[in-house]
Amino acid sequence: MRLTQGQFSYLDDFTDEDIRVQAQYAIDQGWSVSVEYTDDPHPRNTYWEMWGHPMFDNPDAAAVVYEVNECRKLHGGKYIRVIAFDSSPGWESIRMSFIVNRPEVEPGFRLIRQEEEGRVVRYTIQSYACDRPEGQRYA
Amino acid sequence: MTETDTAASPTTIDLGKAFEESGVRDLLRELEETMIGLAPVKQRIRETAALLLVDQARRQLGLATETPTLHMCFTGNPGTGKTTVALKMANLLHRLGYVRKGHLVSVTRDDLVGQYIGHTAPKTKEVLKKAMGGVLFIDEAYYLYRPENERDYGQEAIEILLQVMENNRDDLVVILAGYADRMDKFFESNPGFRSRIAHHIEFPDYTDAELLKIAEEMLKQQGYAFDGAARQAMADYIGIRRGQPHFANARSIRNALDRARLRHANRLFANAKGPVDAAMLSTIGEEDIRASRVFRGGLDSERTLRQAAE
Repeated sequence: MRLTQGQFSYLDDFTDEDIRVQAQYAIDQGWSVSVEYTDDPHPRNTYWEMWGHPMFDNPDAAAVVYEVNECRKLHGGKYIRVIAFDSSPGWESIRMSFIVNRPEVEPGFRLIRQEEEGRVVRYTIQSYACDRPEGQRYA
Repeated sequence: MTETDTAASPTTIDLGKAFEESGVRDLLRELEETMIGLAPVKQRIRETAALLLVDQARRQLGLATETPTLHMCFTGNPGTGKTTVALKMANLLHRLGYVRKGHLVSVTRDDLVGQYIGHTAPKTKEVLKKAMGGVLFIDEAYYLYRPENERDYGQEAIEILLQVMENNRDDLVVILAGYADRMDKFFESNPGFRSRIAHHIEFPDYTDAELLKIAEEMLKQQGYAFDGAARQAMADYIGIRRGQPHFANARSIRNALDRARLRHANRLFANAKGPVDAAMLSTIGEEDIRASRVFRGGLDSERTLRQAAE
């Protein structure tokens, strides 16, 4: 079940050139670009692990592609994304976020129903991958 | 993501027209005007511009083109303009379309080599990442290599540089600069470097006439000017100074001009018999040049005279 979080998630996987073009757009807007990874695919997991510092003063996106490939060497079986932070007043948040690397098999989510008093049902989703501990979730 | 041409591809290209339409003519003219002398440098830049136009033509005809290797090494005596040209090179290559962003990152050994184990690799990689899309200028590159100290991490920085210079050729241009003899020794011990550098450019010493022109340019930029006799005095000065030790081409000229301005200021204070106007404040006179110790044999000869007298 392919994760559709972030931008461009319904498109085909990005090539390095695609990553470079998008990261260059973010850099040209003055946003700082960073690379993050995780193996917990829940949609409310917003704080992924940082891969190095945000690249505040790199004028060219080749550096971003380089960092993504370095991250792939170590965390190639996990989700890796590129995010761009806009620090201008009024925004101060992530402007762009797209996934650049996925594990081979994405098992998907189960729906958990919790029955409460008076026939009220609370719903939540849980990833099949998270049945196993961190580091052992994807083959 | 990338744009594709939908026009029909032509079968012939008019190179003359392409030359006119690109901004290359203006660039070459600007080069002639701002850099005095430096014939081999200008020649190389002209050749690179021609290669660019031919590359463009090849691409329009659908022929395969590969990014040329642009790594360069500037060697020459002190004060011949190596650092100045490297600063200009980033801008030039950007306008010729060879580098994407055209910024210059200027480093020496300290910016690449770490102080403890494990420090060098991230430090060098950070510098390289920042330089991508532009030009990395390494001044006095031979200091990276210290064979006599086995605990030196310069070699690690060299390895990383070599790898990136080869694999990221279209992202980065590396320019080394330094004195010719030490560069030769450096390349002998690091043959990998020499083979990755495509352009070895010699910066020749300036001629007397070029140095005089440089002196006038420097003064013009600072808002001063020679009067006729001062220009002749400067020409004499250059001829004599060249023969004295520690001659550093354009840098010696700059120092001489600074001292001349000092004497000019002191002369105005000592001799002014009323208010001074803009012309007096901006004209270097002959006496400001002739007062120099160069005309009396230079600093060293004075020292030996003094020692003999004691």
